[in-house]
Amino acid sequence: MGALIVLVPLLGAGLAAVLPLRRLGVLSVLSGLIVLLAGVWSAASVEHGRVLYGAHGLVRLDALSAVMVLLIGALASLAGAATARTVALDASEPEARRRGRLYVVLVQLFLAAMLGAVLAANLGVLWVMIEATTIATTFLVGHQRSAGAVEAAWKYVVLCGVGIALAFLGLVLIYFASAHTPAGAHAASLDWSSLRALAPHLDPRVTRLGVALVVLGFGTKVGLAPLHAWLPDAHSQAPAPVSALMSGVLLSVALYAILRVRVIADLALGVGFVRALLVVLGLSSLAVAAALLIAQRDLKRLLAYSSVEHMGLAALGVAAGTPLGLAAVLLHVLGHGLAKSALFLGAGQLHHDEGTTRLDELGGVLRRRPGLGGAMTAGFAALLGLPPFSLFVSELAMARAEVAAGLTWALGLALVLISVAFVAIARHARGLLFGGDGPSQPTPPGVLAPLVIALVGSLGLGVLAWPLSTLLHAASGVLA
Amino acid sequence: MSAVDAWLDLAAVGVLGVGVAALWRREVSALVGLLRLQGLALAAVAGLTALAQRDGVLGATALVVLVVKVLIVPSLLHRSLGHGEAQRESEPLVNVPSSLVVAGVLVGLAILSGTALGQLSARASVSLAPLGLATVLVGYFLLVTRRRAVSQIVGLLIVDNGVALTAFLLTAGVPLIIELGGSLDVMLVVVVAYAVLARLRHVVGDVELDRLRELRD
Repeated sequence: MGALIVLVPLLGAGLAAVLPLRRLGVLSVLSGLIVLLAGVWSAASVEHGRVLYGAHGLVRLDALSAVMVLLIGALASLAGAATARTVALDASEPEARRRGRLYVVLVQLFLAAMLGAVLAANLGVLWVMIEATTIATTFLVGHQRSAGAVEAAWKYVVLCGVGIALAFLGLVLIYFASAHTPAGAHAASLDWSSLRALAPHLDPRVTRLGVALVVLGFGTKVGLAPLHAWLPDAHSQAPAPVSALMSGVLLSVALYAILRVRVIADLALGVGFVRALLVVLGLSSLAVAAALLIAQRDLKRLLAYSSVEHMGLAALGVAAGTPLGLAAVLLHVLGHGLAKSALFLGAGQLHHDEGTTRLDELGGVLRRRPGLGGAMTAGFAALLGLPPFSLFVSELAMARAEVAAGLTWALGLALVLISVAFVAIARHARGLLFGGDGPSQPTPPGVLAPLVIALVGSLGLGVLAWPLSTLLHAASGVLA
Repeated sequence: MSAVDAWLDLAAVGVLGVGVAALWRREVSALVGLLRLQGLALAAVAGLTALAQRDGVLGATALVVLVVKVLIVPSLLHRSLGHGEAQRESEPLVNVPSSLVVAGVLVGLAILSGTALGQLSARASVSLAPLGLATVLVGYFLLVTRRRAVSQIVGLLIVDNGVALTAFLLTAGVPLIIELGGSLDVMLVVVVAYAVLARLRHVVGDVELDRLRELRD
C-alpha cells in the first residue's frame, strides 16, 4: 500500500504529459489531495506504532513517514491550487504551452521523489530519491529563464550535487562499517532497521567519519549554514508554488534523512557527536539568517532566509533529541511548511499583480489589496511564532527540550539570534503591509483560498494539537 | 602481492594523480581530457576488483563506468566547449603552485582520517581507500577555486569519481541497486548541469562565473 502512494504523482506526471493543458490545474490539486488522503490513511494505520512494509521490503511506512506524507500531501494540494496562476494553462503559442506542461510534469516528479524518500526502507534508496529531487527542481528553479533564474539553477545543481556526493560517501563508509561487525559480511546493509540492529557494533571511528559526511551532505540540502548558499537564490528565483514546496517540504525531507541517520549514529557513538554537529550548524544558520534578514531588500529572499532560520531552530531541536523535542521538531516542520507556503503563494500573487517582489517597491498591501494583505498579515504572524499559531507551540516545546538536554547555553544564544530575526522580519512586514494609499482592489477568492486554508491549518495545529499528538509521539518513538 | 594487486595499486593511485594534475592545468579542454583518463583509471579499479573477487556484477559495473565516464560524459563536456570563447582559466582564485601545496595537505589529511579504515580490514584494497577520500577533497578544492562553468562541472565529477573509488575499494561496490541509482543520478546531474550551462550561455554569453552578479544580498 505504501508503494502505491509514490505512484500517485508518477501517474500524475504521466497524465500531465497527455491531458489537455487546461485540465492540468485540476490534475495538480487532485494529485495533492489524493496524497493527503493517503497520508491520513497512513497516519491512522501506523499511529499506534505499527510498521508496514511493501515492495519486497523496499518500502517502509512508520509513524515518522506518515507525518512526512501528510506534509507533502498538504503542500502539494496548496501548491497545485496555484498552478493556473503560475503558468499560462490557457496559452495558445506552442512554446508557452510546452513550458506549462513541462512545469506540471516536473512538479509531479518532484513530489514522487520526495514521497519515495520518506517511504524508503533503505538509506541508499533514500539517497537516490533525494538526489532525484535535485534533478527535478533544478529545471523548476530555472523555469523563468531569466539570467537570475538560470544563475540560481546553476548554483543549486552544483552545490547540491557536491553535498549529495558527500552524503553518498558517508553512506559508503557506514555500509563498510556494517560489513565489519561481529555478524559478518553477509549482514552488511543500508536497510535502516537492519542498520539499527547492527548499530551498537559499528566501528566508532569509521562511523564517525561516515556520519559527519552524511550530516554535512544532507545538511546542504536542508540549507544549514554555512552550506546554505544555494537556498536564497533558488527560493527567490523559482516560481512561487515551487518555492513553497522547496521551502516547506524539500528542506524537511532532507532533515528527515538526518533524523534517520541520527538514530544509528547515537546507538553507535553516543548522543554527543551528532548533537555537537547539529548545534554548530543550527546556531550558524540562525546567525547567518539574522544577519541577512536585517537589510533584506527582496520579499522572496526574506522568506528564504527565514527558512534558513527555521531549519536552524529545527536542527537545535533535533540536537536536543528528547522524545518531546523530536515531536516538537515534527510539529515545527508541519507548521513552518503551512505558514511559509502561504507567504510564498502570497508573494507569488504580489509578483503577478505588481510585477516585483522588491520590498522598497511594494508597500501598503493591506490597504490596496485587503484580502491578500490580510492573509499575508496572518501569515507573518504565524511565521514569527505568535500564538495561537502552531510555531509558537513547537518553538516553546523545542526550547523546553533543549533545557532538558543540557543545551541551555545554546538556547540562550539562539534566543538572542531569533530576537534579531524577529525584529528584522517584523519591520520588513510592517513596511510591506501597512501605510501607503491607493484604490483598494479585491483579490479573487480562488487565489486566497489556499492561503487561508494553510493558515487555518497552522492555527488548528496550534490550538488543537490533539488530532496529531498520538501520531507525533509515535513518530518520535520511532526515533528513540 | 599478486599481479592484479599491483595493477590495482597503480590504477587507484592513477585516479588521485589525475585529480591533482587537474589542479595544475588551466586549459579547460585539458581538464576534459584528464577527466577521461580518470574515468579510465576508475573503470580499471572496478574491473580489477571484479577480476580478483570473481564478481560478475562488479564487472558489469566496470563496463558501465567505462561507457559513462570515459565515453559519454567527457564527450558531452567537450561539445559544450568551442564556440570560439576563451578556453583558459583567466585567473583561478588560487594560483597553481599554491594549489599543488594545498593538494599535498589535503592528501595528508585524507590519509590521516582514513587510518581507521585500514584497521578494520586486512584486505589490501581497503588500505588504498584514503586515495579515494583524497580525490574527493582535491575535486572539491578544484570546484571552489575555478571560475569557468565547465571547470566546475569537472570538479564535481572528480568529487564523484573519488566517491566511486572509495566505494569500489572499501566494499567492492555497495548493493547493486544503489550503485546503479548512484551512477545514473550523477549522469543525470551532469546532463542537467549541461542544459543549464547552455541556457546560461544563451542568456549571459561567455560563462565566467564571477560575472554572475545578478543575485546578491
